[in-house]
Amino acid sequence: MIQTRGLRKSFRSRAGRETKTVEAVRGVDLSVAEGEIFGFLGPNGAGKTTTLRMLATLIEPDGGEATIAGADLRKAPGEVRRRIGYVAQGGSTWDESTAREELVLQARLYGIGKAEARQRASRALEAFQLAEFADRKCKTYSGGQRRRVEIALGIIHEPKIVFLDEPTTGLDPQSRAHMWDEIRRLRTDGMTVFITTHYLDEADALCDRIAIMDHGEVVAEGTPADLKREISGDVVQVGLDITTTPQAAQALDGEAYVRKLETVDDGGLRLYVEEGATAIPQILRRLDQAGLALHSIELHRPSLDDVFLTKTGRSLRES
Amino acid sequence: MKLARDTWLIFQRQFQLLTRNPVWVFVGVFQPVMYLLLFAPLLKPALNAPTQAEAYKIFVPGLLVLLAIFGGLFQGFGLIAELRAGVIERSRVTPVSRLALLLGRSLRDVVSLIVQAVIITLLALLFDLRVVLGDLLLAYLMLALIALMTSAVSYGVALKVKSEDALAPLMNTVAQPVLLLSGILLPLSFAPGWLQGIADWNPFSWAVDGTRALFAGDLGNDKVWQGLTIIAVLAALGVYWAARQFARSVR
Ligand SMILES: Nc1ncnc2c1ncn2[C@@H]1O[C@H](COP(=O)(O)OP(=O)(O)OP(=O)(O)O)[C@@H](O)[C@H]1O
Ligand SMILES: [Mg+2]
Repeated sequence: MIQTRGLRKSFRSRAGRETKTVEAVRGVDLSVAEGEIFGFLGPNGAGKTTTLRMLATLIEPDGGEATIAGADLRKAPGEVRRRIGYVAQGGSTWDESTAREELVLQARLYGIGKAEARQRASRALEAFQLAEFADRKCKTYSGGQRRRVEIALGIIHEPKIVFLDEPTTGLDPQSRAHMWDEIRRLRTDGMTVFITTHYLDEADALCDRIAIMDHGEVVAEGTPADLKREISGDVVQVGLDITTTPQAAQALDGEAYVRKLETVDDGGLRLYVEEGATAIPQILRRLDQAGLALHSIELHRPSLDDVFLTKTGRSLRES
Repeated sequence: MKLARDTWLIFQRQFQLLTRNPVWVFVGVFQPVMYLLLFAPLLKPALNAPTQAEAYKIFVPGLLVLLAIFGGLFQGFGLIAELRAGVIERSRVTPVSRLALLLGRSLRDVVSLIVQAVIITLLALLFDLRVVLGDLLLAYLMLALIALMTSAVSYGVALKVKSEDALAPLMNTVAQPVLLLSGILLPLSFAPGWLQGIADWNPFSWAVDGTRALFAGDLGNDKVWQGLTIIAVLAALGVYWAARQFARSVR
């Protein structure tokens, strides 16, 4: 559904007299299959929005190419526009208009006739549970209601692909869960959904496949399960005083069952092991021999954060 | 055809939002009325005109051109608000014509200007202004072209600078000399030669002269076609340039 090769974009920004070049996206290769929810996971400034805006024909790439729903991004941007929907990160509704007016106008901008546009607007208002305040000005809506209007606007013309830039940022947990259901419903309706997020749980629970982006590059791509399996084994987190952490690291480094060892900034260790259940007793024994006391020991299956950590050396939670 | 349809869609929305705004209706209608009523008593002596009607023949066209210039130049502020709300970006992902995004808005500005102009003309008729209908329509065409040009330029600049803080001083800097050197409020026939020489380079000076000739019933005056041609060419250039900004604007 989407193929990109070497997509690049840099921005020149002026700070006083100097001009600085920010390489926002540096060579992105992606492939998104029809009918899947594809997630773009990455910290602030990773280049997610920039990539999306290139794919949505809003900015021209500096290099690389892309095919979107069978249309070439560079040669036929008009065709791409007809086949996609795009919901921006920062919102797109006008305070003084009503949801219904916005929906009808948006449909008409896609070349849909008046009567049909009205019908579609009504249907979308029903589907997104907006009917109740459809004729109120957008400025009176709550954040969650407004977000729903924006998504309805993005799909009013029934595109093959819809790009949703951080659809759940700023929503409370309940509205988020609601939004996830809406997004799954889009997939059920046969749409390919491309979302960006910096929530790990969202990427994990909602997306069929994800790409992890950092500093303008895709550092990993696959299903959440595959990515986690890639850094196979379990993670054992040992809570230690910051003073005893180096000694403990020394004691455990080189033990046969420890595959990889990392120190946690504010004291403690993170150990990647083959199997947690057998490793924990050995870890405890070794620390006991060394005469080191620990506060806690936790076992967890690797998360997407661990994937991010192994790929970039940083935690997504911290950034 | 697509262009016409898209332009109509954008125009409709913009016009609807405009009429929904009570502040605009107030400012748009009462402002010109104030000009006429408060300036009226000063006119005859100031212009040294033989009658009140003569004074209006000089003052009203100038006032209308003034409204057209200012009405257009400050439209960019509304666009920056739309830019910030993400409305422009939302339009730009649709296949809508980029030229229509501009024209729909500029035509709204033209229509609202013409409404103002009609109100002023009708009021001036009460003060004994007399003008031939055909000449009046040509004068309105001149005003429409001026408003089209200034609003298009304002939109284009707004898309380039993207902030009110930059747009306001920029537009003021442009508007002031243009205004002073166009003989809008008082005819430049009183001006010394060097000032008239500079004014010859001001397109609005030609527009004002042309409009005044039309109000004076002097259709054959060269200033009429010259003014119309100059403004039409500039309007076309302005629209072309601004539409390109709509096509490429980054956030
Ligand atoms: N129009 C622009 N002009 C200059 N720099 C830009 C522009 N747009 C983006 N950038 C820069 O490009 C980089 C990537 O930005 P982008 O918005 O794509 O990140 P993101 O992954 O969407 O982040 P977030 O999670 O915060 O939305 C950032 O460093 C940003 O400052
Ligand atoms: Mg972003």
